Amino acid sequence: MDFNGFYGFLGCPQNTSLCVQIIIILIKIAVVIAVTMLHVAYATYFERKVIGHMQVRLGPMRVGPHGLLQPIADGVKLFFKEDVIPQAGDKWVFQLAPIIAVFATLSALAVIPIFEGFMIANINVGLLYILAMSSLSAYGIIMAGWSSNSKYAFLGGLRSSAQVISYEIALGLSLVGVMLMSGSLNLYEIVKGQQEYWYGMYLIPQFLGYFIFLVAAFAETNRTPFDLPEAESELVAGYFTEYSGMRFALFFLGEYIAMIVMACVAVICFWGGWTAPPILLKWFPFLAVVPGIVWFFIKVYFHIFLFYWVRATVPRYRYDFLMRLGWKVLIPLALLNIVATSIIKYAF
Amino acid sequence: MLPVIFFIYFAVAMTALSILIITRKNPVHSVLWMLAMFFHIAALYLFLNAEFLAAVQLILYAGAILVLFLFVIMMLNLREELSIERFIDEWPIGVALAVSILLLIYFTLAKFVQGPLGQYSIEAVKSETHTKALGKVLYTDYLFPFEIASLVLLIAIVGAIVLAKKRS
Repeated sequence: MDFNGFYGFLGCPQNTSLCVQIIIILIKIAVVIAVTMLHVAYATYFERKVIGHMQVRLGPMRVGPHGLLQPIADGVKLFFKEDVIPQAGDKWVFQLAPIIAVFATLSALAVIPIFEGFMIANINVGLLYILAMSSLSAYGIIMAGWSSNSKYAFLGGLRSSAQVISYEIALGLSLVGVMLMSGSLNLYEIVKGQQEYWYGMYLIPQFLGYFIFLVAAFAETNRTPFDLPEAESELVAGYFTEYSGMRFALFFLGEYIAMIVMACVAVICFWGGWTAPPILLKWFPFLAVVPGIVWFFIKVYFHIFLFYWVRATVPRYRYDFLMRLGWKVLIPLALLNIVATSIIKYAF
Repeated sequence: MLPVIFFIYFAVAMTALSILIITRKNPVHSVLWMLAMFFHIAALYLFLNAEFLAAVQLILYAGAILVLFLFVIMMLNLREELSIERFIDEWPIGVALAVSILLLIYFTLAKFVQGPLGQYSIEAVKSETHTKALGKVLYTDYLFPFEIASLVLLIAIVGAIVLAKKRS
């Protein structure tokens, strides 16, 4: 047993002392978490505004100019609300569930390269790590549903875990095409691999993979049109019916972070991450001064906008359709994509 | 020194978690402790530079198999389950068997001679990445056993579908 694997996992050069490395990592973690929290707060505002305008409403307008302080007001309100725990429920599991939900999504951020040279951990199995963490989010949901001792929460939890497990397969398989093309599971190398093309993306050769990934990502994050676990008209609020105050806010947080993580993965695997398309830089050389983080956020926000756009447009799916879509359409399509990509990669 | 401390932590924690798993009255709690143990196993793989195995351990065992366990357990009648004794009367026999196997392993390990090292030293695995090294070995030297294993799994899948399908 040696410790180099551990250092490599932390993404540091191996000659610096352990203490310095740990401090650097902690600062990086603090920065990423702080930035993400702020993004989550304003992602809710952005969502309400976007959907409001799509439905010819104004969205939040009261708190601050154009409702800009609304997320802060919401946060303060949630923080000071009473924390109600059902008496007949399982107290420990009930309290643990939201923590797991947030932990699972937040830890996936550790391997995401935001711009050249900035990621908390540069690990060789980055993509698998993200899949592993997103598969853990099912626990938060299923535990919340079970421990609430409520029929609505239980049904919501069961539905959701079945949905998350089913779509995880399609999600994983849709990324195999990207793994094949880049020959690596390391997110940094996946981004680098896309620079070979003049358009700097795997989006065009992997259009099928991208489509499957997007649909599966919507289902994984429980967003409309696949938000069956929290179908208000039938299940009140699904698995978090019994939650209130800060614990409810944690589930909410988990959902939005999951959305950001999925958007980041889509950007890294299919849209070239923080890099700009080489052809664009050739035609407009002055674009080279735009830092990578700007490209990254533009692409990520496009995807987050897509989540809202779909939510404002498409009605909720029926449960049996959802399962049929996952197992009988997306998985075979993803397998087809893998076979086609392998053949093309082998032939050329 | 540090690796030893880590190993001792993992060994103790995994043993403690295993005991917790089998002694809980509530099966859902057992599964949750098992989740914690799977994390420890994955971390142990990570310390052995087996990053692919660690990730797969989490995706397959923690993310898929254990969720299915949880799924089935939640369908049980918990009220009835909680009133049943956790262990059957014959549990001392089980303990005796386990201890004798432990002793057997202990004495065999004393005679254990480490085999010659293959081409995959820690440096070789690290330069090639664990995923690639594992894939290469699996699809060249061990292709035949690998294919047999996948065939066995395929039979299990077909069997499950046949059992689950309604006869009309």
